Amino acid sequence: MESTYIFLQQYWWFIVSFLGGLLVFLLFVQGGNSLLFCLGKTEEQRSLLVNSTGRKWEFTFTTLVTFGGAFFASFPLFYSTSFGGAYWLWMLILFSFVLQAVSYEFQSKAGNLLGKRAYQIFLVINGVMGPFLLGVAVATFFTGADYHVDKMSLVREFSPAVSVWGSPWHGLEALASPWNVVLGLAVFFLARILGLLYFLNNIRDEELNRRSRRVLGVDTVFFLMFFLAFIYRTLVAPGPAVEPNTGYIYLQPYKYLSNLLQMPLVLSLFLIGVFFVLYGILRSVYSRTYVRGIWPAGSGTVLTVLALLLCAGYNHTAYYPSLADLQSSLTLANSCSSEFTLKVMAWVSLMIPFVLGYIVYAWRAMDKKKLTRKELEGEEHKY
Amino acid sequence: MIENIDFSLINWSRAQFALTAVYHWIFVPLTLGLALIMAIMESLYVKTGAEHWKRTAQFWMKLFGINFAIGVATGIILEFEFGTNWSTYSWFVGDIFGAPLAIEGILAFFMEATFIAVMFFGWEKVSKRFHLASTWLTGIGATLSAWWILVANAWMQHPVGMEFNPDTVRNEMVDFFAVAASPVAVAKFFHSVLSGWVLGAVFVAGVSSWFLLRQRHREFALRSMKVAVVVGLAASLLSAWSGDSSAYQVARTQPMKLAAMEGLYDGGYDMGLVGVGVLNPDKQSYDDGKEAFLFRIEIPNMLSFLSTRTADGYVPGIRNIIEGGYPTDCGEKALSADEKMRRGRQAIEALGDYREAKRFGNQQAADSARQALQANMGYFGYGYMKDAGELVPNVPLNFYAFRVMVLLGGYFILFFAVVLFSLYKRDISRMKWLQYVALWSIPLGYIAGQAGWIVAETGRQPWAIQDLLPVTAAVSRLEPQSVQVTFFIFLALFTVMLAAGISIMVRAIRKGPAMNAEI
Repeated sequence: MESTYIFLQQYWWFIVSFLGGLLVFLLFVQGGNSLLFCLGKTEEQRSLLVNSTGRKWEFTFTTLVTFGGAFFASFPLFYSTSFGGAYWLWMLILFSFVLQAVSYEFQSKAGNLLGKRAYQIFLVINGVMGPFLLGVAVATFFTGADYHVDKMSLVREFSPAVSVWGSPWHGLEALASPWNVVLGLAVFFLARILGLLYFLNNIRDEELNRRSRRVLGVDTVFFLMFFLAFIYRTLVAPGPAVEPNTGYIYLQPYKYLSNLLQMPLVLSLFLIGVFFVLYGILRSVYSRTYVRGIWPAGSGTVLTVLALLLCAGYNHTAYYPSLADLQSSLTLANSCSSEFTLKVMAWVSLMIPFVLGYIVYAWRAMDKKKLTRKELEGEEHKY
Repeated sequence: MIENIDFSLINWSRAQFALTAVYHWIFVPLTLGLALIMAIMESLYVKTGAEHWKRTAQFWMKLFGINFAIGVATGIILEFEFGTNWSTYSWFVGDIFGAPLAIEGILAFFMEATFIAVMFFGWEKVSKRFHLASTWLTGIGATLSAWWILVANAWMQHPVGMEFNPDTVRNEMVDFFAVAASPVAVAKFFHSVLSGWVLGAVFVAGVSSWFLLRQRHREFALRSMKVAVVVGLAASLLSAWSGDSSAYQVARTQPMKLAAMEGLYDGGYDMGLVGVGVLNPDKQSYDDGKEAFLFRIEIPNMLSFLSTRTADGYVPGIRNIIEGGYPTDCGEKALSADEKMRRGRQAIEALGDYREAKRFGNQQAADSARQALQANMGYFGYGYMKDAGELVPNVPLNFYAFRVMVLLGGYFILFFAVVLFSLYKRDISRMKWLQYVALWSIPLGYIAGQAGWIVAETGRQPWAIQDLLPVTAAVSRLEPQSVQVTFFIFLALFTVMLAAGISIMVRAIRKGPAMNAEI
């Protein structure tokens, strides 16, 4: 295989992983929503919380869609296999996001039919289900999924299926794997932590801030427990390695640990990411005046997730192991788009820094002034 | 090819995708139309400094926000349904089809997501000009998004810029600009976006008329109408032009769709366009010998002219397309459907032979199979057909939907011309009949848009990708019950969201803009 093609595959895995990291950071919206009734004891407080995350929800939504689009464009066999196979898992994720999309806009509007409470419950459902199920889905990158790939089905059958899912549960079986659940819970608690740190930064309200710091400590304990358990299991478990010359896939003991050790840059990203996450959390827990924890913790989240996903796909690793037929496992090489498409998309990806630039600019312009009860009272457009 | 096709799975998958698309297209055109109109209004505010333009823009922004939220919710489902329900499709053409979706996310969605927040919440936080730029960029983001998704859709209608790679068993892009700027995509983009502007204008004119009927916010209503009607008249006139371009592309690239749109079974030279007609409900297939129409009035030679740009050009009917033998654009005789199906099966067999030969290292056999594949690749999708009758889309649905769209398109030109004239030359606030007409034209805008998409999508059936992959071969391997359940969940969710959205909008309209009584 040409070196340019290999580079483009690695480049696009990097982009997809980066978008994945960005998505997990932006799940602070969902994490914040899961805390709606836990932090917001009065309607006024809940309004502050909803209006705080409500000004950012489109970013999470857009990143999820772009993450899907980038996966489709660069690794279409994953799109075909996972979305078409783990149907119910992805559908549940989508249902929860559909509920969220209208809940902000509708909840405070007269004539919303279901009442404010119902839309707030929808936000909580999305806040719980969204991060948890996305975590479960991502865990299958390490624990595997029940499918096999059969491209020759196009030749044999009137209604061919290039990817066939083994389990009749179509993705729900992932919930039966404890390690998938463990990562799901880790992502769920991380999203809550990021939500809390975002509230500390974005809302000026004594009572909410005090309550946020209290919940932060508890959620951190749970997050660390689940995150470290998953990392430990992943590092000691065998992983699917790819023989680069033949494409033959086999299980290699300590594959992910070897990946980290053989890719010091990825290991550094991982360690720096974890350090920043912990720094952002712990300083926010121990300092009553520190409100900028979302930034180190958020960027640490992006780096950690990026490193984990790079570890799943780089260094001759099958990033989506098949439990039914190991040779069907998806690798960067066997699931990617053509060199031409990856090249075209690489040119388009040069726009990403520009896009990030205007997002940062607009975000800063909007968040210069923190959200207060007084501001909400005079706001024309509020949730 | 031993497996029976599970039609219930295919039909439920099609129903689910159609349901999502129909609901999505309820909200998207209004987003596109209102985005332009409120951006013009805010521009007038920045230019004149008049507070009433700000309040006017803010009122329409409120309605935009309600509509936008449901559009986003239905849009996310559409993108993922390509993977969840059409997984073979996703692999077979993902190399080409995925790119516009990714570009849409990177270039358009982020622009919308970033600047919509500034537009709604930034009035007191950013400068006037930054806010105005944000409002325009929100609309530009939505329009860019329409561009890329319509590039993807146009590619399904007329696949270009790709080659089939037998080693990867999929189609691969070889010419990005052929995909991104195909004439079908250009025509589709202009027609869809312009129809969105028409709907936005009809909506604003209709709601403004309601205020006039209730004798509330007279000046606000007249101001809104002036902007809307100018946009609406320009857009509806341009829509007629883009509609003609779009139909011309259909004639060139999807003759079966055109034949269905016209109820044309037996084509020929000097073909007339059916202006008004009633199809014969007893006609069940193209070869049953029954008359196609109970009644019709034709405009002589018009179909030939619109389809070929010559008054006596040849337009094939459904029977001609199935039986072949008619002259094509490139001067050759068209193949019959049976011949295309035979060649399609040859292509599929050649693909199998090629893969086998490669597996056993027989290069000579592989080369020979590859040649056979390339010679017949244009008919690959026909190899999955069992009967030529499967190639005929639903004729009555296409025929009537097309007429509804065209008639309403003509009506909107007249409507906007009359309202514009009345606004400037008469006192429209006294013309109750016209206010009622404007109010009741709102649903007509939605009907026209839906009818257009029904023609675009049902007219291409049975193809997921024209000539390359029928829906029967594109579908995910799922239990039909799973798709049934998700179909009904989506139906319930979308319907509740739609009902809530309409109810909120009606309340917001009743409440009216936040203005002093005199303005």
